Amino acid sequence: MTVLVDTPVASTGRSPVRIVLQELRRRPTTIIAITYLAVLVVASVSAPLIAPYSPAAQDLLHTLAGPSAHHLLGTDDLGRDVLSRLIYGGRRSLLAIAEGLAVVVALGLPLGLVAGYVGGWTDWLLSRLAEIVLSMPTIILILVLLAVLPQNESAAMLAFGVLNTPSMLRVVRAATLKVREELYITAARLSGLSHVRIAVRHVLPRVAGPIIVQASIFAAYALLFETGLAFLGLTATTSTPTWGGMVGDAATVILQDGWLIFPPGIVIALTILAFGVFGDFVRDVAVRDLRPTAKGVKPAVASPVPASPPANLVAVPLNDALLQVRNLSVAHNMRGCSTVVVDDVSFDVFAGETVGLVGESGCGKSVTAMAVLRLLPPALRPVAGRVYWEQQDLIVMRDRAFDRLRGSAIAFVSQEPQPSLDPTFRIGSQLAEVVRSHEDVSRRAARRRAHELLELVELPNASAVARTYAHELSGGMSQRVALALALAGRPKLLIADEPTTALDVTVQAEILSLIRRLQADTNMAVLIITHNWGVVADICDRTLVMYAGQLVETAAVQELFDQPRNPYTLALLESHPSRAMSGQRLSVLEGRVPPPGSWPSGCRFAARCRFASEECVANVIPLLEVGDGRLSRCIRVDEVFAEATA
Amino acid sequence: MFRLIARRLLLSVPLLFVVSTSTFLLIALIPGDIARTIAGPQATDQQYLALKRSLGLDESLPIRYWHWLEQAVHGNLGASLFFQQSVTSLLNSRLPATATLVIGSTLLAAIIGVGLGIGGAILRGKAGKVVDVIALVGLAIPNFFLGLLFISWFAVSLRVFPATGYVPISQSVSGWLRSVVLPVVTLAVPGIAIVAKQTRDSMRDVMARPFIQTLRASGISRRSIVFKHALRSAAIPVVTVLGVVFVGALSGTVVVESVFALPGLGGLAVQATTQHDVPLIQGVVVYFTVVVIIVNLLIDLAYGWLDPKVRVA
Repeated sequence: MTVLVDTPVASTGRSPVRIVLQELRRRPTTIIAITYLAVLVVASVSAPLIAPYSPAAQDLLHTLAGPSAHHLLGTDDLGRDVLSRLIYGGRRSLLAIAEGLAVVVALGLPLGLVAGYVGGWTDWLLSRLAEIVLSMPTIILILVLLAVLPQNESAAMLAFGVLNTPSMLRVVRAATLKVREELYITAARLSGLSHVRIAVRHVLPRVAGPIIVQASIFAAYALLFETGLAFLGLTATTSTPTWGGMVGDAATVILQDGWLIFPPGIVIALTILAFGVFGDFVRDVAVRDLRPTAKGVKPAVASPVPASPPANLVAVPLNDALLQVRNLSVAHNMRGCSTVVVDDVSFDVFAGETVGLVGESGCGKSVTAMAVLRLLPPALRPVAGRVYWEQQDLIVMRDRAFDRLRGSAIAFVSQEPQPSLDPTFRIGSQLAEVVRSHEDVSRRAARRRAHELLELVELPNASAVARTYAHELSGGMSQRVALALALAGRPKLLIADEPTTALDVTVQAEILSLIRRLQADTNMAVLIITHNWGVVADICDRTLVMYAGQLVETAAVQELFDQPRNPYTLALLESHPSRAMSGQRLSVLEGRVPPPGSWPSGCRFAARCRFASEECVANVIPLLEVGDGRLSRCIRVDEVFAEATA
Repeated sequence: MFRLIARRLLLSVPLLFVVSTSTFLLIALIPGDIARTIAGPQATDQQYLALKRSLGLDESLPIRYWHWLEQAVHGNLGASLFFQQSVTSLLNSRLPATATLVIGSTLLAAIIGVGLGIGGAILRGKAGKVVDVIALVGLAIPNFFLGLLFISWFAVSLRVFPATGYVPISQSVSGWLRSVVLPVVTLAVPGIAIVAKQTRDSMRDVMARPFIQTLRASGISRRSIVFKHALRSAAIPVVTVLGVVFVGALSGTVVVESVFALPGLGGLAVQATTQHDVPLIQGVVVYFTVVVIIVNLLIDLAYGWLDPKVRVA
């Protein structure tokens, strides 16, 4: 279940400028934010030219006048024009931000590069230093400064920059560390470039994104801080207008006039907002840029309908199988693009039997199982077909009703044993909670049952295991606990997604024999997803082979091993080590599964198939009866059969 | 776990030392003559020298530092230049108002922020976007502006709460409550923004983890999955952020106490700054640092409770 959808890795090599422009077109808010900041800078720089009045000009006949044609934003308590003061006030605030920013970049950038690039003791020392500075109460320290250097805003902003350097240092360090791990840096180092050159020419451009993001965050904080100090009257004298100071002045007359706090207050808030929006934008673009593989992820050739028509939508009558999957299709939806990943899959699972679902990664095995369990991630959705559990339709069933089936009808064991247990609760308490969700029993009885379950899965010293946390267990023990969780509700069907893949070979065998024993004891059906023929041979009655979202062959295990009737099955079997003759080269299945969205309309395996003919790629290949109740999606079965038996 | 706490406590001693020393050095080394600043331009040379002597500034720097440290270790932070009172008693008398604001606003931010974050994580789509908007806007409104907005709406127009002032809890519980509602909410807003975003993000991360699938598949109710299992794992980064929110609220008191005219440490710090009351502001630094250290310790304890892996380490 790790990789649901295999996406093509395509570095399209678009230029950064184009990426930014393209991204901008999709985000009108970012354009507004950037425009706003640009207007602010221009207005502040050209304040003497565009401000309608001098910021200090008093008109004592028109004090506290609301907005009018003469004074667009009104006048303050001394009759000064609010708009003009706002325009002039921007100069102070922007200058203050620039001062702080200069310090943060001048200190944080080189220190962060050094810490991330050199590592070792230097890194340790710088990181501890950063920690100490970060835990200092910034504002109070700057008040100390202002107590000695009254009204000195530049000193305050420079100090603010120093105290905020650790955040920048950390960001640069983290980004540098990530870049340093990458191959081309190692290559550059091996080819004898000097460290400084590598840092400047290779590392710096790559960490630019995070630095700009951090800089815009800092700019927002610096403005909050600067306006705060000005509001308190610690950095401003009334003759020079500042945004914060304007709010402070307005506060003194708030009982007479509530309007005056708004122009400066809103301008400050909008400016901070603009920095925030800008930072978010750079982060999104930079993150995308840092992962070139993610660029090409757009299902270009999305097939909106299942590639092959539903073969027999009503043909199969409801039988007495526990689970009946009929013409199930699942699609992946991303930004309005829909890509089919499981295509028209039908199969049954009867009580007590073990069915293997086999195929390479990316064939849709896990997605099929997750669709049955209704545990699909949000981007994946069943788009056609039905899933019946004892004749009830699971696809349309209400959540509440389905929740009652979870664990008691269908249970699930996943691929990764340890991550599938809650790390923050003791094993015993997790098990007891699951027990209590199925049976109306006391806490004590639930504990007892949990203990029994742990013994059932053959864990020695069950009571000790019950007291442990997931991280204290080995992989094999975790998988036993996961089995115990699954068995707690006495399910009739266990769906196991590669339950042994992550385990050692010896542990694999133990877990398989445990599943076999549990199944014999309880008559539980098992649907096991695997790519390991050994597992199939060991435990399964029947096998379903999937390729590129489709079922390509179904047969009883023995018959399948003896006479595969699909070229894909044959190729898979041939590539399995147990089939290899000693001294012979192990045959390898060349090529890879075509990713969803790029499936051909004809046979999807044709490109890798040695039996393929023109006919194979020309038409949609249906799932055909090939004798003994077996099905195969191949029109050249006879040739395959001939070779397999030869 | 105990080793972790012990290590933290051990580390906090040098931290306190470093902070107080650097404050002391900062004041001593800043270009500018503190005695001249306090005395003002009209002071005679005699007055200036007398002031310098009373501040202990005629001694050499190491000796001054030694005196200050010796006193500080014994809990004596000197006397305020302006209030004619010992710094510690002055600060202690201002502690209740600040504690109310900071603890109250952190709790409020935790409750509302976690609620919003969970909602944004489960509901996805539009509701998730709402959290993004709250996070952006909540952090963008300066606290002094927000405080004044509240005053003009709830105190001037609606007259629901007093505009300014503080009623001690010993005097009247309801009066105390009414006097702190607006400042607490003002201080909580940025915290709500930060906590909501962090909770939403980490809930989403956790909800996509395999153990959530396993628990769902094994039949545990959705409610228990979200509020018990997912929330507990998601809470670990949220707790870190709560520490940041607390320290942010502490810094915010400097402005907010001035807006609402509350007798707390933050407002006192501003007064001390404008009056160049160096011993007093030094005392505030020590108090704030101690509070930050205690909060970090509490956060470590919370980690241990939430994450069993930390407990072992």
